[in-house]
Amino acid sequence: MEIFSARNVNKVFADTKALTGVSISVNKQSIFGLLGPNGAGKTTLIRIINQITAPDSGEVFLEGRQMTRADIEHIGYLPEERGLYKKMKIGEQAIYLAQLKGMSRHDAVKNLKKWFEKFEIMSWWNKNIEELSKGMQQKVQFITTIVHQPKLLIFDEPFSGFDPINANLLKQEILQLREDGATIIFSTHNMESVEELCDHIALINKSVKIVDGQTDEIRERYKSNVFEIKYKGSFNVVNQVLNNQFKILGHVENNRINQITVEYSHGKSNNDLIQALIPVSEILSFEEKIPSMNDVFIRAVEEANKQAPLNLPEGEK
Amino acid sequence: MNKTVLILKNEYLKRVKKKSFIILTLLVPFLFAGVFALVIFLSINNDKKERTIAVFDESSLFLNELGEEGMTKYKFIPKEEYEQLKSNMKGSGFYALLYIPNDIYTNNIAQLISEKQVPFELNEQIERKLSRYIENDKRQKIINETGIPDLEERLSNTKTSIRLSTLKVSVTGETQKSSSAIAFVASYAMGFIIYFFVFMYGATVMRSVMEEKKSRIIEVIISSVKPYELMAGKIIGTALVGLTQVAIWIVLGMVVLMVAQGFFTPESAQQMGQSIMESQQQMNPAMAQVAEPNKVLEVMEMIGNLNIPLILFTFIFYFLVGYLLYSSLLGAVGAAVDNEEDSQQMVFPVTIPLILSIMVLFPIARNPEGPVAFWFSIIPLTSPVAMMARIPYGIPTWELLLSMFLLVLTTIGAIAAAAKIYRIGLLMYGKKINLKELFKWLRYKN
Repeated sequence: MEIFSARNVNKVFADTKALTGVSISVNKQSIFGLLGPNGAGKTTLIRIINQITAPDSGEVFLEGRQMTRADIEHIGYLPEERGLYKKMKIGEQAIYLAQLKGMSRHDAVKNLKKWFEKFEIMSWWNKNIEELSKGMQQKVQFITTIVHQPKLLIFDEPFSGFDPINANLLKQEILQLREDGATIIFSTHNMESVEELCDHIALINKSVKIVDGQTDEIRERYKSNVFEIKYKGSFNVVNQVLNNQFKILGHVENNRINQITVEYSHGKSNNDLIQALIPVSEILSFEEKIPSMNDVFIRAVEEANKQAPLNLPEGEK
Repeated sequence: MNKTVLILKNEYLKRVKKKSFIILTLLVPFLFAGVFALVIFLSINNDKKERTIAVFDESSLFLNELGEEGMTKYKFIPKEEYEQLKSNMKGSGFYALLYIPNDIYTNNIAQLISEKQVPFELNEQIERKLSRYIENDKRQKIINETGIPDLEERLSNTKTSIRLSTLKVSVTGETQKSSSAIAFVASYAMGFIIYFFVFMYGATVMRSVMEEKKSRIIEVIISSVKPYELMAGKIIGTALVGLTQVAIWIVLGMVVLMVAQGFFTPESAQQMGQSIMESQQQMNPAMAQVAEPNKVLEVMEMIGNLNIPLILFTFIFYFLVGYLLYSSLLGAVGAAVDNEEDSQQMVFPVTIPLILSIMVLFPIARNPEGPVAFWFSIIPLTSPVAMMARIPYGIPTWELLLSMFLLVLTTIGAIAAAAKIYRIGLLMYGKKINLKELFKWLRYKN
């Protein structure tokens, strides 16, 4: 079920196209990855969702209704550039930010205490933010983002500045939030975390959405019929047998076990390959190579840039 | 609106709880009281130093007698000693050397030689003594020559000093006692207060905006509230801080005054009053008249005759609108710039009109009808300060209304422009901002 959608959103800054006809649809209780190179327009889209900037044309919808200013109380936003008031007690500051999101003081205190205890940072309540390390500040900021129980959460590079242990803790919290009913839009350059967390992604390049779909489906889409096969037997013989039908991309021999990477030429199937191999070798494993999100990202962006090379200077803001 | 109140509250409490605010607010009245007390103390205990002045009287007019005055004594010395002292005064015990030449009667010149710079008062004292003596001498001679015995008395009766008692005719034809001196003081003071607060608290708004932008919390805040709600909260909150400060100062000032009254014994108060009166008399005879008892009532009446309701109303109006105008402009500057240095560059052009208006405050208060006064009090960016300097003198209604109208119009325009710059500037980092760039922003659509 769709909770949020952007429809044909356009935004032009003085001399730069930030978004060109971008549409996305985010399902309830999913994690949606918003990807793209630097300066592609992700932050602009996020700011439009947050009602910080208005699009030149196009609309954004939350739960089927066109979004208004009042809806921002249902959004929690963790910007890429973090920051809190330097000279304000952490507890007071968190209460203030929660109140600005429409919570009553009483509820804010109650929820905050719960989260502070969960993150074991209750002792920081009366400290100034200056006294904390960067990673500690991130924790506080994360809590202030989610404390008002928003329906839609927007995390821009949430893991930056966290050590692996805390990053993992955060990952668990994000998954838990989805479990509890929240929907998450997640913008990052860390493709590993995209593979781990995102149900769905959209890739924006130079203001245009170039890829959109389920994460698995996209990786599937970007697979290039490459297989990895391990077998016992002579490489030379295999090479001769396969050479006229398949393209061997790589070969490693280790302890009389050969591993080859094979790309299918047109019209060939798995069975053709196996049939060719069975007479000359003993197959140990046979696996299709699914591209990583990283590969998908790079390939998609490179292809898009090849198609529209004239657009190039625009991306450089 | 609700969120504006939240921001306002936060802004207010944050500033009021600050140590620097508490210290400044509590200290300033005591500082003033301290400085005032020090001045009084010094004027009472002034001249405790005994000074002896050696006098060489070549004219022999003064007959070895100049009398003592305060802590100053005079000792007449012969010529030889004078010559000796003139070349070497050190260790002689004399503070200074007074040389009265033979021709003092015609030339009116004497000489005071000393190692150190002679205090102004001593200088005056000697001049006064010598003049008075010679004056008396001349007068006596005339009496002797003419043979009129009560000439002295008759001459002193010819002394005349005209004081202008100024009356103002109101529209209804009533005449009221007024005083240009009091109008002058009132206009100067009010113009200055407006200048001071607009500048100080306008800058506070600017710094507050800059702080949010610099710490990057701004993006979170404006994803919760509209920029104009944020700006309104800030401006109103800061204004309340200013009002709190003034209120505390007034209360503390009154307390300090009462304590001071209890602290000084009647005697010392009298002494104090005398010494102040004396010094005033010496400085400016006209001012001393104000202190005469019957004059005090007159002054009170004159103050009462100032159009207090009008003055209060216009003061509050120009104070608030002026503050609104400048704090929104300075808030926009705070949003546009990234760092302190850039802000200095931008603040200057914005505050030039304010600085100009304080510069012309004195000329305006002296000549409230002149063209400078007129234009500065009509032009919106200078009118909050300049108009206040004219109000106590009375001002044509149309001028006042025109000035207010233009100021309100400008302020509305400035707020709209500032809001736009504010919204764009808040999320703009790493760009060198100048006025040209800001005007470009004004043309941006949403």
